[in-house]
Amino acid sequence: MKRREFLRNSAFTTAGSMLIPQFLKAYERQHLGQQTLNEKIVVVIQLSGGNDGLNTVVPFRNDIYYRERPSIAIKRENVLKLNDDIGLNPALEKIKELYDNGLVSVINNVGYPNPDRSHFRSMDIWQTGSGSDQYLSSGWIGRYLDAQCKGGSCLPHQALEIDDTLSLALKGQQVNGLSLQNPEKLYTQTQNALVKNLTNIPPTDSHDSVTYLYKTLAETVSSAEYVHSKSKVTQSRMMYPTTELGKRLKTIAELITSGVSTSVYYVSLSGFDTHIRQNDQQDRLLRQYAEAVATFTEDLKANSRLDDVMIMTFSEFGRRVKQNASNGTDHGTANNVFLIGGPKRTRPVLNEAPNLSDLDNGDLKYQLDFRQIYTTLLDGWLKTDSKLILDKQFEPLSLF
Amino acid sequence: MEATPNQRMIQHLFWRAGFGASPAEIQTAFSKIRTQLVKDLLHDSKEAEALEVVKNESNYTLKNAKRALKNTNSREEMREQFKEMAKERIQTIGSLNDVWVARMGQEKGVLREKMTLFWHNHFACRSRLANFVEQQNNTLRAYALGNFRDLLMAVSKDAAMLQFLNNQQNRKKSPNENFAREVMELFTLGRGNYTETDIKEAARAFTGWGFNLQGEFVFREIFHDDSPKTIFGKTGNFRGEDVIEMLLANPQTAQHIATKVYRFFVNERVNNDHVALMAKRFYRSNYDIADLMAFVFNADWFYNPANVGAQIKSPVELLAGYQRTLHMDFMDKAPVLYLQKALGQVLFNPPNVAGWPGGKTWIDSSSLLTRMQIPKLLFRNETLRLDVKDSGDANEEVIKRKKMFEVSMNWEAFAKPFEKVAEKDLPKTLASYLLQVPINDILLTKLEQQVTDKERVDKIKQLAVSFMSLPEYQVC
Repeated sequence: MKRREFLRNSAFTTAGSMLIPQFLKAYERQHLGQQTLNEKIVVVIQLSGGNDGLNTVVPFRNDIYYRERPSIAIKRENVLKLNDDIGLNPALEKIKELYDNGLVSVINNVGYPNPDRSHFRSMDIWQTGSGSDQYLSSGWIGRYLDAQCKGGSCLPHQALEIDDTLSLALKGQQVNGLSLQNPEKLYTQTQNALVKNLTNIPPTDSHDSVTYLYKTLAETVSSAEYVHSKSKVTQSRMMYPTTELGKRLKTIAELITSGVSTSVYYVSLSGFDTHIRQNDQQDRLLRQYAEAVATFTEDLKANSRLDDVMIMTFSEFGRRVKQNASNGTDHGTANNVFLIGGPKRTRPVLNEAPNLSDLDNGDLKYQLDFRQIYTTLLDGWLKTDSKLILDKQFEPLSLF
Repeated sequence: MEATPNQRMIQHLFWRAGFGASPAEIQTAFSKIRTQLVKDLLHDSKEAEALEVVKNESNYTLKNAKRALKNTNSREEMREQFKEMAKERIQTIGSLNDVWVARMGQEKGVLREKMTLFWHNHFACRSRLANFVEQQNNTLRAYALGNFRDLLMAVSKDAAMLQFLNNQQNRKKSPNENFAREVMELFTLGRGNYTETDIKEAARAFTGWGFNLQGEFVFREIFHDDSPKTIFGKTGNFRGEDVIEMLLANPQTAQHIATKVYRFFVNERVNNDHVALMAKRFYRSNYDIADLMAFVFNADWFYNPANVGAQIKSPVELLAGYQRTLHMDFMDKAPVLYLQKALGQVLFNPPNVAGWPGGKTWIDSSSLLTRMQIPKLLFRNETLRLDVKDSGDANEEVIKRKKMFEVSMNWEAFAKPFEKVAEKDLPKTLASYLLQVPINDILLTKLEQQVTDKERVDKIKQLAVSFMSLPEYQVC
């Protein structure tokens, strides 16, 4: 059976599909029938808390770096060298292997004008794709979903967050993405007697608010069933690390290889707010990250999907150049972003290492707006119109 | 029985002017006319009782803390202790949150608490200092039903706000425009009613406005730019107070506030005619907030069926509503904080200075399913397998998962107002008190069929839990 045919069939033979209102079924059929040829996927990994970029991509030739960080700098001899100036934290050994295979772009000095050093606000800015003087109530991936709606029908499962709650990044103006810890759990949640009754019996009240609640419920049930039924197709044979991130990336790999029609996946790893004794903590987290990502890419490669998947890793801000008195670092500004997967790189490093002698009050100056990376992913990878999503045209990057 | 128009009117008023009411309270209100009910609500909220959680405030000021630490420890230890203190402060903010939610669940002063919540969203602000947070909240509460001029002036001179919007750094030699911009864009005029020059010049008028470690407003004259400024086409040696007066003199401020009041208390979908009436009244009364609210609650259009049940309850309204409707108490603060996180609204933690966007943004697949499970967590000892996210901030109070929710609730007392209701009318009557919109009769019958208990109180409990699990319970 051809993949598309299988998709069409399986979506309507699941046990509970009788419960989905007819109008939704029609939408879904229309969507599945119009599967676009582009099957590219973005996986976003959010490092929450402000990952210290200078100890992630280390400017090992820079004396200022060693002077400002006498007790926490990564020793020159331990750095995994990428070129003559910068190298990776030794905890990222697995990422270095991917780099050597041409699968990693390291983008330095990413930020935005008038940086905000509050976790909440800066994450808000990254997730909504706003400027620091703008307040948006929808996220950039949510608005990507909005742009995919056809004829008033939208599909939440086109963007999945692997978690129990949904981040602002995945909330659109017309449609929200779907959050699930794993397909089984969400499916179970939607299979109780009450939900069944509610999806069978239309509301009497006709207020917008009530209609919206019933619509959200119906979409959730329908998406949960779809994802659940598809997720059974392929089980990963890889040995993933038993960490939370490992489990979540395994779920994503299974969904991708099963052919779920999801274009964007979102996961977070928290704990990067390293004000105290940074090295142990960051080392542990970066290792978790690298090992999970390495298995994930290996899994995708084994299933011939790595070419179609781009993994973007970001954090809400970097940290100050100068270490603090507790062997940690405080909130900073510009940071590096990794793009892993897709075709082989000819330019694996974008932007030179940060200039440590030209600081803004002890903080790095940004060279590249993070929305340029979003633009690159939206236009170049997902083949959509970033202007509709980011409100204006940002200059895309040439990665390959 | 279905709700009578009078019952519907009363419940609508109680939900919008407060956080709902118990069936007993609703029945007590049956005999009163609308104007009397509105008068009672205002009268009941006449006094502002401050929240007092941050004990022994001096402990929380950095100055004293630093002094206490200075001689004793190494720098490393000192930082550790600061860290501990920061955690303590955050926990105190968690306690403040808990106490405020409990307060919203009380019978006394509901309108004032609802207004305080409205202003907390209008003057959205964050601070890590518990005493600053408490002080600001009490300022909002004190002026919540007073004059908007006094409220605006007090908030503009409030330590938490000055800190949040960087006015402490707003100095003659290096002006910081953050406060000047937000006071125009969000607090008074709204976008598009000022120029960038107005902001630049107004920022200069606010130079020198700051606060001390005790959280008191200080005007630091040496940082103030005393040269002439041109704001809204007028030139003079303006100070911050003058800018605030200019903002209030502009009827656009009344229009902006009236629109926000309408969207919060009446309907997300704005009716321009009604807002125009409100704005006119508000401006003419010289910004009397209580007068504006009485005007809204007494207006026939407020009770228009299009407005009843039109709003999606915010997570905090939902939590306060459970307490108000059922006379129920949460036994500890963990579930209160956990549910706020799970549902996307943590008091004192608005996403940014623009506040919570509200309305449909409260609802996504996860938050809706969670909302529908809450009654079973509260009253059937079911557990919720849901992890809430870390904000990333190492200082934040960690509540990842809360399994069991302990509440105190007297179902006999709750059932009492339904004693005289005939058995066959019970489901519909109960639904009319718990839901602001009708539900499908087929659904009602199905839910009734699921009731297994024979005892009346248990039957009422089972039905109430079912009704409160419905999407219809999420609106008011």
